[in-house]
Amino acid sequence: MATKGPMQDPIVDPRIDPRTGEYAVIAPGQNFKSITQKIAGIVLTSNTPLGWFFGLMVAGGVAMGVVIGCTWLFLKGVGIWGITIPGAWGFAIINFVWWIGIGHAGTLISAILLLFKQTWRNSINRFAEAMTIFAVVCAGTFPLIHVGRPWLAYWLFPYPNTMNVWPQFRSPLAWDVFAVSTYALISIIFWYMGMIPDFGTLRDRATMPLAKYMYGMLSMGWRGSTRHWIRYESASLLLAGLSTPLVLSVHTVISFDFAVAALAGWHTTIFPPYFVAGAIYSGFAMVITLAVPIRKFYHLEDLVTLRHLDNMAKVMLGTGGIVAYGYAMEVFMAWYSASHWEFFMMWNRMFGPMGWAYWLLILTNIAIPLTTLWSRKLRVNVTYLFILSLIVNTGMWFERFVIVVTSLYREYLPSSWGTYRATKWDYIIYVGTMGLFTSLFLLFVRFLPMIPMSEIRTMLPQTKVTPGGKNAETASQEAS
Amino acid sequence: MPPREGIYGLLAEFDTPGELVHATEQARLAGYRRMECYTPYPVEDAAIALHFHKTRVPLVCLLGGVMGVTTAFLMETWINVWAYPLNIAGRPLFSWPAFIIPAYEWTILFSGFSACFGMLALNGLPQLYHPVFNAPNFRNGATTDKFFLCLEATDPMFSPVETRTFLEQFPAISVVEVDH
Repeated sequence: MATKGPMQDPIVDPRIDPRTGEYAVIAPGQNFKSITQKIAGIVLTSNTPLGWFFGLMVAGGVAMGVVIGCTWLFLKGVGIWGITIPGAWGFAIINFVWWIGIGHAGTLISAILLLFKQTWRNSINRFAEAMTIFAVVCAGTFPLIHVGRPWLAYWLFPYPNTMNVWPQFRSPLAWDVFAVSTYALISIIFWYMGMIPDFGTLRDRATMPLAKYMYGMLSMGWRGSTRHWIRYESASLLLAGLSTPLVLSVHTVISFDFAVAALAGWHTTIFPPYFVAGAIYSGFAMVITLAVPIRKFYHLEDLVTLRHLDNMAKVMLGTGGIVAYGYAMEVFMAWYSASHWEFFMMWNRMFGPMGWAYWLLILTNIAIPLTTLWSRKLRVNVTYLFILSLIVNTGMWFERFVIVVTSLYREYLPSSWGTYRATKWDYIIYVGTMGLFTSLFLLFVRFLPMIPMSEIRTMLPQTKVTPGGKNAETASQEAS
Repeated sequence: MPPREGIYGLLAEFDTPGELVHATEQARLAGYRRMECYTPYPVEDAAIALHFHKTRVPLVCLLGGVMGVTTAFLMETWINVWAYPLNIAGRPLFSWPAFIIPAYEWTILFSGFSACFGMLALNGLPQLYHPVFNAPNFRNGATTDKFFLCLEATDPMFSPVETRTFLEQFPAISVVEVDH
C-alpha cells in the first residue's frame, strides 16, 4: 500500500503512526503476553458470551433451510426449483459461483499478500482463510445437489468402476471438479498448518483437561523448535506460492463453464480475469462484513485496526475498477463484434424484461462503491464500510444472476424464449447456506484461534534481534 | 525404544530473542553442536546461530508436484484415449490442451500436500511426547513469550556442571535440567 508523507497538521489521534501518517497496523503498547492472552482468552474462556449463543441459535435456525430444502429436493427432484428450458441454470449455479468467489479473498490475503510481504495481513488472514473454507463448503453444496441424483455425485470423480465409465476431460464441468476439490483441500491444509503453532499455545495455556487434550492432539506436539520453525516457514511460503496460481485458476475454470459454451453473453475471452477480479472484490467485501462485527464484539480494535479496514477498502477499490472495466468491455465487445446475437443479448440485458437486475448491479457494484471509496474518511468509517460491504455482496450476487439468467432465457430461437422465476425452495436453500456459513463461522471464532498469535508476535518491535544480544527493550525504545 | 536414563539436557530460559541468539552463538563458538532453540515465533537469527539454513521441504514439494502433473496427465490420456474413448463434437481423443487444466490442479494439490506433510515428516511431527516438556517452566513460556536454549546431553562437550556454569554466564532467567 502506498504510504503518505507525514501529515501537515498535528495529529491528535493516537492510533495514527506519526512516521507514516497511516493508521498503525497494531495499536501501540502490545507485547507478546498481552497478545497471547487476548487471543487465547477468547477461545479458552469458560464464560462463553451470551451473544454467541444467541447468534448460533439464529444462524443454526436459518441453516435448517439447507436441511429442509435439501430433504424436499431429494424427495421431489430439481423440479421444485424455478429452472426451466431454456433457463436450465438457475440459483444453484448463481449461488455456487457467488460463494466460491467470496472464498477467494481468504486465499488472496493468506497467500498473495504473504508473498508480497504485506505484514498487515497477519491480523486478518486466519479468519479470512476460515471464511474461504466455509464459503467453499456452501459453494460445494450446490453442484452436488443440482445434479439431480446427488447420491450418485461420486460419479464425478475418476474411479475404477464395474460400469467401465469414466469422466470426460474435455468438459469444463470435469475441470470444475478438479479445481474446486483442489481448492478446498489446499485451503484446509494451509489453514490447519497455520494453526499448528497456535494450537501449541492453546495447549500450554488451557486449564480444562478436555481443552488441553484436544489442543494437544491438534498441535501434534509443536514445541517451537527453531529447526521446526525454519521448515515450517519454508512450507508456508511454498503453500503461499502454490495457492496464488491456484486461486487465480479456480475462478478461471469456473468462468470456463460459461466461456466454453457457444452462447451469446457467455462466450467471451474476458471472462477469466473478470471473474477472478469479481471474486476478490466480493471476497474482500465479505471479509469486511465479518471483521467489523467481530472486532467490535470481541474488542479486537487493537489488532484489527482501521489500517486493515482502510487497506481492504483500497483492494476493493482496485478490484472494483477491474470489474467495472469488465462490464464496459462486455458492452463494447457486443457492439464491436458486429454480431447480431451479441448485440441483442446486451440490449436485452440492459432493457429487456430483467433489465432492472442489470441496473441494480451497476448501482451496487460500480456506482456506489467506486464513487465513495476514494474518500479516506469513508474508508475508515466502520459503519459505512459495513453497509457498503453488504451492498457489494448483493451486487456481486446480481452479477452472477445477470450472467446466468439473461443469457439463457433469450436463446437463439425466439420460439424457445422463456423466463426465469425462482421458487420459494430456491430462496430457502440459498438463505439456508448463509445460516450454515454463519454457524460454521461462529463455531470457528469460539473454538479456534481467529487471529494467528505467532504471526502477530513477529510484528512487534520486541522481535528485533540486535547484534551482541543487547536487550531488545532498548531496540524497541529506539524503534518507538 | 529402549528406556532412556539420565538427563536430556540443560535448558536456559531468556527474556528476549537477542539474548537467546547471543547465547546460541557463544555456545556454538564454545564447541557445542547438539543444541536447539525454542521460540514462540520463528527467529531467523537463531537458525543462523545454529547453522541451520537449508531444508529439504522445497525438494519434497517439487517431487510432489512432478508426481501430480504426471499422474493427472497420464490418467486423463489413458481414460479418454484408451479406457473410454468418446467422440465429443469431433475433437481428437488426445485433446492435450484440455487435459492441462486438471493436470495443473493436481500439480498444485500434490505439491501442496507434499509441502505440508513433508514439513511435518521432516520435523518428526506428530510427536506428542518430548523431554523438553518435562521442564517446569517450558510450557509456560515457549509458546507465549519466552526464549529457550537447550544444550543436549548427547553432545560430547556436555557435562552437567560445566555446561551449567557456561549457561549461567548469560543473563538467563533460569537454567534447569531436563529429564527424559
